[in-house]
Amino acid sequence: MSVPAELRYTQEHEWLSVDGDNAQVGITDYAAQALGDVVYVDLPEVGAAVSAGEPCGEVESTKSVSDLYSPVDGEVTEVNADLDDDPGLVNSEPYGAGWMFRVKVTAGPSGEPALPADLLSPADYEELTKDAS
Amino acid sequence: MPVAKDTPLRNVHERLGATMTDFAGWLMPLRYGSETAEHKAVRSSAALFDLSHMGEIAITGPGAGEALDYALVGWLSRVNPGRARYTMLCAPDGGILDDLVVYRQSEDKYLVVANAANTAVVLPELVKRVGSGATVTDETGSTALIAIQGPNGSSILSRLASIDLSGIKYYAGAYGRVAGRDAWIARTGYTGEDGFEIFCAPDDAEHVWTALAESGTESGGLPPAGLAARDTLRLEAGMPLYGNELGPDMTPYEAGLGRVVKLDKAGDFVGRAALESRASSGPQRSLIGLIGGSRRVPRHGYSVLSADGTAIGSVTSGAPSPTLGKPIAMAYVTGDVSAPGSGTLGIDVRGKTEPATLTELPFYKRGKQA
Repeated sequence: MSVPAELRYTQEHEWLSVDGDNAQVGITDYAAQALGDVVYVDLPEVGAAVSAGEPCGEVESTKSVSDLYSPVDGEVTEVNADLDDDPGLVNSEPYGAGWMFRVKVTAGPSGEPALPADLLSPADYEELTKDAS
Repeated sequence: MPVAKDTPLRNVHERLGATMTDFAGWLMPLRYGSETAEHKAVRSSAALFDLSHMGEIAITGPGAGEALDYALVGWLSRVNPGRARYTMLCAPDGGILDDLVVYRQSEDKYLVVANAANTAVVLPELVKRVGSGATVTDETGSTALIAIQGPNGSSILSRLASIDLSGIKYYAGAYGRVAGRDAWIARTGYTGEDGFEIFCAPDDAEHVWTALAESGTESGGLPPAGLAARDTLRLEAGMPLYGNELGPDMTPYEAGLGRVVKLDKAGDFVGRAALESRASSGPQRSLIGLIGGSRRVPRHGYSVLSADGTAIGSVTSGAPSPTLGKPIAMAYVTGDVSAPGSGTLGIDVRGKTEPATLTELPFYKRGKQA
């Protein structure tokens, strides 16, 4: 199970890659393995406002369906249209071609993109999932 | 909470990197890699299953057939040695306590195969109902069960079997050896494909499994498949699962399986009066098949809605069908929607109504698609 060092994570098993005020979001290898084969990903609309910790989509697998949570506040700028034809990318390349959506992160009082304080470091995320791996 | 029981093949599953799950008190393989690939292997070639969690109960003695005629809804004394029947154990009120496959292994020996979750109910019920008519022995712990399912299963198994498999018809079985180990070899399964189930001693299970896997590799592949694939395979084949489509609050007639109740057999049997009454009054609900019109998957417990939005029933099993490429579901409904072609229904998928088309069961039939 891989936990890339350059990413941040959530308790709900999303990953987040931040570049300036642009964040890319997907679900972790751990989550994808736990779900089994992903058959459908219901993503937010481009332009939709998303809030940290709030559901913004669904991930359907053979056995179950899970909410997809936004890790940040912001506005959706792009969704991964490839998942429509090939949702299995979430299983095969969860941190690459299986990414889910991009968000323009809402600026905080300082004018800088405001990231929630409870995002997890790779080490924290490994700690969260180690018992089950 | 009690610790889950291990299958005799646990070490094999660990080496294969299986994702294990607690199923009815047994630690069983859920999947080894992609459950969709495992499902498709069964449809296109063959795959290997460990089903050692299933309950095996032997009924032996000259009175075994008559004893089972009283205990079960089927007419087991009429089954020829070497043949199998799908049947049910019902309560006095006609409610289903378990669905079973019963093999008549010889003149005086029957093997009752029960769901793992129900073995603890089936065993004492059989002991009570059979009484002094025959001997009831729980063989669950002394039996491993390996299934090879799929169109190539017969040719792969035939190279390792001591008996001619072409002599074993569907729902039949015979004693023989697989890879040199004693086994009961039956042409049964829960996938909708041709295939065999091999009952052997736990100590022989790893040898038999490994021999089959190696033999399969030489002929195009025999991947292991887990319970996730088993569930989507049986759902496509329209086969009921106890706890979903079957339960104590319904009779075989609701499940569309009234044919397993042999009201014409001689003598009384447990549930006869209630089942006779239900047979003449008609079922209170019907089991239907639905094909989802969107990609959102109907799941167990979701409401089924008529065209005008009225709740008319509930989904018992639902999954994305790997063969059809669409969501499929079985559901119990009341009222007269059961005629295929009576239009589009809806399913409440977490607050949003998704369209669903009524279809005849099964969703998939060997040799052609539904």
